[in-house]
Amino acid sequence: MNLAFQQRWLPTLVTAAVLLLLLGVAGALYPGFLRPLVFANILRNHAYLGILAVGMTFVILSGGIDLSVGTLLAFSTILLARAIDAGLHPLPAALAVAAVGTLFGAGQGMLIHFFRLPPFLVTLAGMFLAKGLAFAVSLQSLTISHPHFDAAASFRILAPGGAPLTTATWMFLFLLAAAILLARQTRFGRNVYALGGSEDTALLMGLPIARTRVTVYALSGLCAALAALAMTLNTRSGNPAIGLGMELDAIACAVIGGTLLTGGVGSVFGTFLGVLIFGSIKTALDFHGGLDSSWLRIAMGILLLAFIVLQRALSRPGSNTN
Amino acid sequence: MASRPSSVIAGSWLWPFAGLLLLLAFNGLFSPGFFQLELVEGRLVGNPVHIAVQASKIILVAIGMTLVIATRGVDLSVGSVMAMSGSTAAVLAAAGVPFPILFAASLAVGAATGLTNGLLVSGLRIQPIVATLIFMVLGRGVAMLIAGGQPRPIQNETLLFLGNGHCWILPLPPLLALAALFATAAVVRLTPLGLFISAAGSNETAARLAGLPAARIKALVYTFSGIAAACAGLIAAARVETADPSRLGELVELDAIFAVVVGGTALTGGRFTLAGSLAGALFIQTLTLTMINQGMPPEITPVPKALVILAVCLLQSVEFRKRAAGMFRRPAAAWTPP
Amino acid sequence: MTASLNAPLLQARAVVKGFPGVRALDGVDFTLESGEIHALMGENGAGKSTLIKVLTGVYPRDAGELLVSGAPVQPRSPADAERLGISTVYQEIHLLPALSIAENILLGRQPGPAAWIDWKSLRRRAAAALERVGLAGLDPGAPAGTCSLAVQQLIAIARALDVEARVLILDEPTSSLDEQEAAALFALMRRLRSAGMGILFVTHFLDQVYGVSDRITVLRNGRLAGVFPAARLSRLELVSHMLGKELTGAGPAQEPGPHPHNKGDAARTPVLEARGLTRRGAVENIDLHLHRGEALGLAGLLGSGRTETARLLFGADRRSAGVILIDGKPVPLRSPRDAIRLGMAFCSEDRKGEGIIPGLSVRDNLVLAMEASRGTLRRLSRTEQEQLANRFIETLRIKTPSPETPIENLSGGNQQKVLLARWLCLDPSLFILDEPTRGIDVGAKVEIERLIARLRRKGRAVLFVSSDLEEVVRVCDRITVLRDRRKAGELSGAQLDAAAVMRTIASSGPLPQPAPGVDPAHS
Repeated sequence: MNLAFQQRWLPTLVTAAVLLLLLGVAGALYPGFLRPLVFANILRNHAYLGILAVGMTFVILSGGIDLSVGTLLAFSTILLARAIDAGLHPLPAALAVAAVGTLFGAGQGMLIHFFRLPPFLVTLAGMFLAKGLAFAVSLQSLTISHPHFDAAASFRILAPGGAPLTTATWMFLFLLAAAILLARQTRFGRNVYALGGSEDTALLMGLPIARTRVTVYALSGLCAALAALAMTLNTRSGNPAIGLGMELDAIACAVIGGTLLTGGVGSVFGTFLGVLIFGSIKTALDFHGGLDSSWLRIAMGILLLAFIVLQRALSRPGSNTN
Repeated sequence: MASRPSSVIAGSWLWPFAGLLLLLAFNGLFSPGFFQLELVEGRLVGNPVHIAVQASKIILVAIGMTLVIATRGVDLSVGSVMAMSGSTAAVLAAAGVPFPILFAASLAVGAATGLTNGLLVSGLRIQPIVATLIFMVLGRGVAMLIAGGQPRPIQNETLLFLGNGHCWILPLPPLLALAALFATAAVVRLTPLGLFISAAGSNETAARLAGLPAARIKALVYTFSGIAAACAGLIAAARVETADPSRLGELVELDAIFAVVVGGTALTGGRFTLAGSLAGALFIQTLTLTMINQGMPPEITPVPKALVILAVCLLQSVEFRKRAAGMFRRPAAAWTPP
Repeated sequence: MTASLNAPLLQARAVVKGFPGVRALDGVDFTLESGEIHALMGENGAGKSTLIKVLTGVYPRDAGELLVSGAPVQPRSPADAERLGISTVYQEIHLLPALSIAENILLGRQPGPAAWIDWKSLRRRAAAALERVGLAGLDPGAPAGTCSLAVQQLIAIARALDVEARVLILDEPTSSLDEQEAAALFALMRRLRSAGMGILFVTHFLDQVYGVSDRITVLRNGRLAGVFPAARLSRLELVSHMLGKELTGAGPAQEPGPHPHNKGDAARTPVLEARGLTRRGAVENIDLHLHRGEALGLAGLLGSGRTETARLLFGADRRSAGVILIDGKPVPLRSPRDAIRLGMAFCSEDRKGEGIIPGLSVRDNLVLAMEASRGTLRRLSRTEQEQLANRFIETLRIKTPSPETPIENLSGGNQQKVLLARWLCLDPSLFILDEPTRGIDVGAKVEIERLIARLRRKGRAVLFVSSDLEEVVRVCDRITVLRDRRKAGELSGAQLDAAAVMRTIASSGPLPQPAPGVDPAHS
């Protein structure tokens, strides 16, 4: 039996197959789908989601969940817009927003770890809190205008095939690379896997559980803030009313990418594939026209169900007490 | 071992009522006329009535959520179920389907979703958050599909009456919610179901060894939660006379979990109190209204909600109590110094 | 370390550790020399695992000293203990199945600059560690979950050895291994011993103790019962130290107690019979039978398969082989519900985890099985429930302020009586009672024994599991003795006394099934 091997790689392979199938079908149905430009747009439009999903991947790998990231993103966008509006330079403003997001996440992590509160409940409260705080900053959306910010927003590098890679895209790709390294090449990353695999075992192995768990949620908060930055670079505005449901999209991307919701198994690269699947479905629906976004949710829901049941089936033979 | 402290602090349904009374007293003191009721065109209006009407959908959802949480689970799909049932009703009504059939069809949608959740949880042993998360995502899409992606007007007199009608001078939705609450309470108290649910939630192994079909009970409870949410969806849609598939039931899962937890049913399962959940639901709605009365924009009201739910959870957390107690009394030395 | 050379490798002096309500360790001394394999033996509640947890820094101790090579130490966590050279391999294998073997060995101490991991040298170091435990050919990059349990056990040991360990604590390392795998483990242990390491070894298998250990420390009820060289302690002496029973000269000194019951009559059809009852990793090929009005005891040391057998009979676990017959007819028994329908009742040894439903009242706990068997629609009225509860509170003398008191507020003995009442109201024909008197006061114990006698007079059959030999002998007509997960013998009539049971447990002679023999080349 190579059970663990199956658990480890099969989901990723299935994800890759699903993505290829999707691209194949979309390419056959809609001429012009398989162009670098389309691909670049998928990356650009989903950079925020990708960044959220990267943070979410670490949280899920550690055996937790973070439902607050969507509204935290909204809070961050409006905070950034307000700060720039108040005359702050975009760079310190972005740093401040990143710090706020990190602290927000770390606070949730501490509540979860030190008081043994269920992650979904704490981050649910966090979701409420961030939503309310976003509106406390501003009830309406605010446009961001600052010469340096505009420059960053309109910066792009043309990749071969004329595909424009924007600042948001670069942010996502850099973060993705960093996250892959963080997960694979650092002690912190491996501790996250260990914590999600079994907290008791991690404890007995003498791993720093408290630090790891708090850092994971802090990282997720930071990613929400960075995702907000990527989003404002696309929209050039902060909006307190967005964000609801993004946490679900991020979770779905991670799970479809092969990350086990019980923790301990998965990869950041898989999540990237999950984001691409999400983006491809959405873009294909746009190409089709008439279809509404309900199909996106349904497709994601069905993929989510399929992957969770698949993972359950793979992990089943281990425990067969009735 | 000593008795569980939770039975003193968290287990009692008196606390949420006490909190509710305190909140009402605050309002009585600081917003004059808060309790003022008057008859307008033969209908009772005023803040308390407003709270009750607004809380009715939360109460309905919380009835199912209470039982689910009592089995140590949680149901995140209730908001999407509301959207699906409301959309189903709207579409069927537009097609001229009579009320009994559209009512049954809407509840069937909720029951089917709930049953699927229950089977995923009890049969495949997927954690409740995960299983119901799937339908939180999927259900919203199905609702939009049913409604064709846009808000649909409700075109059925009977259904509209459920959302906006009055019985004597009293609005119908809170009466229906209360009736559902009492009916559920009667069923769980008059049959052994309440005992079975508590037993399966408190100690599933022991319950199984005593011969309880724990898996079947769980499936049943999730199905019931789906039906309760479907009812809430019908009433909420009827109340605003439209079923908006993308907004109907949005965030209701949070309010319902909030109501249940604040109401005194612990997330660790076991004993539950429907009365407490009622108090919890009224508490959030009153809190929201209080904040608005104090001049807070309605959009910001989630902040106090979040703080209250965190505070209640902390009070129920054993770790927190240990630490809080430790602040007053130094723990005994772990070992003697060498 | 600036300690004297002659100081023992690891020493615990007068260690005390209490938990609310119990003194788990009461002034225990323990010494481990380098180059020895030291078995730690004891029954349930003896304090073995508490001692290990104190040694490894999981629990802080209340009093006493710990010395490593003569120097006092205060480990505050397993990681601390590892730094002191004390490594532990726990009973349940603590590996992360999804991560690679190499990582499992080196998690938390990966080589590399700062937070960075140098995978190349990690693999090299892991390969070296694997070689030390005789797994040279294994690919360190494979996920640990792909290995068999035995290999996982060795990987866990490789992890423990990687930290310059001088003391290795093995907590029931063989509980899931077959004979060959265990033999390979013992070969490794001997190799490590000759390299000067001190090994603390916990097991429930007597043969293994004698096969591999040099000295034996026996704990009983949190106290030291003695330290003995393995070569000079007979099995019988060991068992009697563990159980705390004096060996009264030769043979059954006490006459077999008065058992005026209908003696085993082979002609009658047993109410319950099990043939070849097996569950992989739990018990093998158990045969037993039980007649109406009879009490059959299941005796054996901790880990001998008593509880496992009881659970299989009730359908609480699924059996991998074997037939269960009720009144001579094979029955499909796959769940507790099946068993209850067939007239069985079961009290788990784990009263707290598998018996009581905390948060619910005494009345609710009492009527649970009855309500479950009646289904949803035929509920007992509140008055009927109260009558039932009051009747049993009275007849069993359950001390509770009221039937509405939450069950967790009752004492252990009274909780146990409520659990018995839960079944009594169904009037089953067969009771399976696993340690019904453990951890309860003497008065309640006597009452439960009387209750069993009453049940038998009414023609009910009782399967009685207990670690208290005197009690098993007192209560039962016949005793099936288990050793190392197999049936070791059956005693009845005049043979029935505690000493005979101990002799059967300790025997290693010709048996129905060969005992797992370990090459006794080393002594």
